[in-house]
Amino acid sequence: MATLDSRTISRMMMAPAVFLLLVWMLVPLTMTFYFSFKKFLPLRGGDLGWVGFENYIRFVTSSSFWPSVQATLAIVGGVLLITVFFAILLALLLDQPMWGQGIVRILVIAPFFVMPTVSALVWKNMFMDPVNGLFAHLWKFFGLAPFEWLSQASLLSVTMIVSWQWLPFATLILLTAIQSLDREQLEAAEIDGASTLARFYHIILPHLGQAITIVILIQTIFLLSIFAEIFVTTQGSFGTKTLTYLIFQRVLESQNVGLGSAGGVYAIILANIVAIFLMRIVGKNLDK
Amino acid sequence: MVRTATIQRKIIITAIAWTIGLLIFFPVLWTILTSFKSEAQAIADPPVFLFFDWTLENYSIVQERSDYLRYLWNSVIIAGVSTLLGILVAVPAAWSMAFTPSKRTKDILLWMLSTKMLPAVGVLYPIYLIFIQLNLLDTLIGLIVVLMMINLPIIVWMLYTYFREIPKEILEAARMDGASLQKEILHVLTPMAVPGIASTILLNFILAWNEAFWTLNLTAAKAGPLTAFIASYSSPEGLFYAKLSAASTMAIAPILILGWFSQKQLVRGLTFGAVK
Repeated sequence: MATLDSRTISRMMMAPAVFLLLVWMLVPLTMTFYFSFKKFLPLRGGDLGWVGFENYIRFVTSSSFWPSVQATLAIVGGVLLITVFFAILLALLLDQPMWGQGIVRILVIAPFFVMPTVSALVWKNMFMDPVNGLFAHLWKFFGLAPFEWLSQASLLSVTMIVSWQWLPFATLILLTAIQSLDREQLEAAEIDGASTLARFYHIILPHLGQAITIVILIQTIFLLSIFAEIFVTTQGSFGTKTLTYLIFQRVLESQNVGLGSAGGVYAIILANIVAIFLMRIVGKNLDK
Repeated sequence: MVRTATIQRKIIITAIAWTIGLLIFFPVLWTILTSFKSEAQAIADPPVFLFFDWTLENYSIVQERSDYLRYLWNSVIIAGVSTLLGILVAVPAAWSMAFTPSKRTKDILLWMLSTKMLPAVGVLYPIYLIFIQLNLLDTLIGLIVVLMMINLPIIVWMLYTYFREIPKEILEAARMDGASLQKEILHVLTPMAVPGIASTILLNFILAWNEAFWTLNLTAAKAGPLTAFIASYSSPEGLFYAKLSAASTMAIAPILILGWFSQKQLVRGLTFGAVK
C-alpha cells in the first residue's frame, strides 16, 4: 500500500511540469506543421487552402535559401572554432597558479552576462563604426584606411561579436573539466620526463574530449538560433541573413506564414539532429 | 633556485592572464567609462580613457527621455515572476524524480530537455497568433508565461541535479521516526534544498533577464523589458555614444553583479550535469 501511495504522490508532483511542457511543445508544433501545408497570408487574403509540400519546395528553392544556409554555417562554424580554440588556451592559463585568479576569472566571464542587444549595439557603434569606432581610431593610428566592418566584413563582424559573448561559457566549462583532472597522473608524467606538449596531447586533451563535445553541441543549439545580434546590427543585410533570420522575415515581416512555417520545420529538424547527439551524452551521464 | 623559478613563472602567468582578462573585459569597461563622458568626449579623436570631465548627465537624460525605470521594472517583473513560477512548478517534479525515481524518470528528463532544444523561430508564428487571439501581445503576463516555459526544462534539470545530491538516508531516517510528509518537507527538505533552489533561481533570473528573441518579438512600448529598450537605440540614437553607454550600463549592471555569484551554477545549469 505504502509504495502505491508514494507512487501516486510522485506522479501528482510531476504532473504540472509534464503537462505544461507537453502543451507548450505540442500546441505550437502542431500549428507550425498545419500552417506549413497551407498557403496562408494573413495580410493578403488569409487562409488560401492546402498546398501540400509546395511551401517546403519553395523554401529550399528560393534564392535566399542557400545564402542563408551559408551564412548560418559560417557564423556557427566560425564561432565554434574561435571559442573552442581560445577557451582551451584560456582554461589552461586560468588553471595555473597566479595572483588575483578570482578577479581574472570574473573579467573573462563578464561578457556572458551582457544582454545580446547591448553587446551587439556596443560593438556595432563604439567599436566597429567606420568613423567614430575605436577600431577606426586604432586603424588610423597605424596609418590604415578605416574599415566598414559591418558592411565590408559583415559575417566576420557578427562572428566576432557572438564569439565574444560565448567565449566565457566555453572557457568556464573547460576550466571546470580541467580542474577535475587527476593531478597525480600529470605529476607522474612530468617526473617521467614528458614534455609540456606531450602532457597536453596525451593527458589533458583526451580528458577534455567530452567537455569539448558538450561545449560544441550546446553552443551549436544556441548559435543556430541567434537573433538579437543580427536584428540590431545588420538586420540580415550584407549576407548575414541566417536561417533563423530568414524564417523570422518570412513569418513576421512579409507575413508569408505558410512558407515561413515550412522553414520552421526545417529548423526544428536541424536542431533535433544536433540535440540527439547531446541527449546521448547527457543520458549516459545520468546513469552514472 | 626552484622557488625563484616558480615565482618568476607565477609573475609571468599573472601578467599574461591579467592582460587577456582586461582585453576580454574591455568592451564592458569602455561602455561604463563612456557613459560618464559628454557626447563630444565620447567621440573624441584620439579617444580619451580616464582623463575627462566625469558627468552623470547621460543617466538623467536617458531616464527623462525614455523612462528607463519602467523598462527596468518590466525586466524585474518578467524575469522574477517567470523564474519563481518556474520554481513552483519544478520543485515538486524534480523532488519526486530525485527521490522516487521510476523507470521512466530518465526518459522524462531527457524529453523535458529536448523541448528546450526547439528553435524558437520554428514556433514564432503560432505563439504570435495565440498572443493576438488572447490579447497577450505587449503584456507582462504573456512574456512571463513564455519565459517560464522556455526556462522550465533548465529549472527542473538544475533542481534535479541538486536534489540528487541530498542523501536519501536522511529522508528515510525522518520517515522511520514517523515524520509526516508535511514535517518531512518543512524540516528535511527545506534546509537541505535551499542552496540548490537559490542557485537555480539566480541562474534562471539571469537567463530570463537577457532573453532577446521573445522579448523583442512579443513586446512594444508597454511591456518591453530592457532588451527591447536597448534595441530601440539601434538607430539613430545609437550614434549618441554617451547615452547609449549609460543606457547599456544600466541594463547590464544588475546582472553583471548577480552573474559574478553564479559562475558555478552556470556550468551545472547549462551542461545539464554532464560536466562537473
